[in-house]
Amino acid sequence: MGVSLSLASARGIPPRVMALALGTVVLLAAMLAGILLGPARISPGGFLAVLQDLLGIAPLPDAFLRDAAVLGVIRAPRVLLGALVGAGLGVAGATMQGLFRNPLADPGLIGVSAGAALAAVAAIVLGGTVFGTAAGLLGLWLLPAAAFCGGLLATYAMERLGSVGGGADVATLLLAGVAVNAIATALTGVLIFMADDRQARDITFWTLGSLSGARWAHLPVLLVLVGLPMLILCTLARPLNALILGEAEAFHLGLRVDAAKRAAILLSAVAVAAGVGFTGLIGFVGLVVPHLLRLGFGADHRIVLPGSALLGAALLILADLAARSLAAPAELPVGVVTALLGAPFFLWLLRQRMAGAGP
Amino acid sequence: MIAAESIGFSAGGRVLLADITLTLVPGAVLAVIGPNGAGKSTLLRLLAGELRPSRGNITLDSVPLSAMAPLALARRRAVVAQSAALAFPMRVQEVVGLGRLPWHGSRAAVRDDAATGAALHRVGIAHLARRQYQTLSGGERQRVQLARAFAQLDGAARPAALLLDEPTASLDVAHAAALLRALRALAAEGIAVLAVMHDLNEAHFVADRVLVLSEGRPVALGPPEEALAPTLLAPVYGLPFQALPDGGLLPEYGAIPGRGFAPPGPTPPGG
Repeated sequence: MGVSLSLASARGIPPRVMALALGTVVLLAAMLAGILLGPARISPGGFLAVLQDLLGIAPLPDAFLRDAAVLGVIRAPRVLLGALVGAGLGVAGATMQGLFRNPLADPGLIGVSAGAALAAVAAIVLGGTVFGTAAGLLGLWLLPAAAFCGGLLATYAMERLGSVGGGADVATLLLAGVAVNAIATALTGVLIFMADDRQARDITFWTLGSLSGARWAHLPVLLVLVGLPMLILCTLARPLNALILGEAEAFHLGLRVDAAKRAAILLSAVAVAAGVGFTGLIGFVGLVVPHLLRLGFGADHRIVLPGSALLGAALLILADLAARSLAAPAELPVGVVTALLGAPFFLWLLRQRMAGAGP
Repeated sequence: MIAAESIGFSAGGRVLLADITLTLVPGAVLAVIGPNGAGKSTLLRLLAGELRPSRGNITLDSVPLSAMAPLALARRRAVVAQSAALAFPMRVQEVVGLGRLPWHGSRAAVRDDAATGAALHRVGIAHLARRQYQTLSGGERQRVQLARAFAQLDGAARPAALLLDEPTASLDVAHAAALLRALRALAAEGIAVLAVMHDLNEAHFVADRVLVLSEGRPVALGPPEEALAPTLLAPVYGLPFQALPDGGLLPEYGAIPGRGFAPPGPTPPGG
């Protein structure tokens, strides 16, 4: 299955190495494209000059001052933000699909998106009044911090409600997720009803996602909150592989199923909630990316998890490139782009499965 | 090896199992038979450590199962449950390779590939290694799951145990016979085998001892000649049995109304 797999086996390269090498190349290419391309064109010469300046090889010629500003202040943090958030969404999506043993699962199932949205909308609508002091203290951090806490709280609630007597049955968890999502969405609706026109517009754009708020100051925080859970999630590859067989079978193979489930859910929630706080909701990355990996390299989570990080990062960078280029000088919300690309792809995938899998 | 001492199990106020005492003996095959709903699968899940008994104790080498880490348990016993479906497409070789998961990070891990290959050969599915599991027939899948369990027990400290739930359920008679022989061969290597079975003749063929369960209670536990006696089984199944000369059993289904000498055909036109 998949051209890349046959390529890899033909040359005796293990599929895992092949997949990760390929993913790294794709990500680097996407980063380069994200940095060089866009409404304000940067010449490769300008890029090299800025790079040499950064590395202390040669001082920046005055002709490239504008390039340096575009790169350093706008593009670079934006590409890095896209990489981190996309990687987090990709890994969380792969984890959720493996955990719930369901190819249709995505991070939204565990309530993290709805919870983050509720908290973000609350921050937008009530920010000036109720959270007056907090807003003053947190400034630009209010929205991300609120979304992060909201997402985590919703997931925690879902995990608690879905577990009975220490054990958490997957179907119960899913239903608890549906309920938590419904409550969060309803409360969000109440807040939107209370919002004035400007706030309503802010809310709409937040729920469609955008990388335009990228700032260097955010990146170290994100690197920790997305990077760390991501690394730990990648070590869950073997437990998730065991879960492909079933929950009872995973236990028979020596897995502490409940502990693995809890870790997978909470770590995914941290990675997604942290990213979503800075960018707003971005759909379809977490759903589509793991499928692409499985299509090319099989279901082994030792490939799917790190591969989803690389490909999720690349995909979000490219979607953002499209978002800021297609309607330049205006910007499309990036969530619109991922949905416009992701949904048709997903339909195609469904039809492939129906045609190929048979019964 | 694994020993259950007067265990009972209740769920939702209903007693599913009571008063079961048994020991899995290395080198021997124990068959568990009984009507549907007799508690056979529940007993298997209890012995696997998946469920905790409500009463009594289950131990592995005198250590209570509940005190053992899942990983330590997985290095001593393997389980083949009924018809496992995969969440995502995988190749047969990968599925069998999952049996090696408990050995990750141990010294036995160097044998992963060899153990996987050996298990494929033992179960006679080496030719399926590159096939997608999803495309296999029910019987082939069952053999893949058996190979996975074999791979798991490869290199396990003895005594070790293999627990199977209706391992021959979707196999034709030839493959069923091959599987039963493979179980005997495994037992000969010092593994204690427990198989939940429906076919009494298969139980008679493969087992050293047979446990007969009825409504959660043990009716008999002993060598097949004793436990599979027609007089004993008739009340359990509510069906008379006829003993065959070789010790096998034939259920007497009785006459089926409306199926005389002439099979019922389509109603003649105008009738």
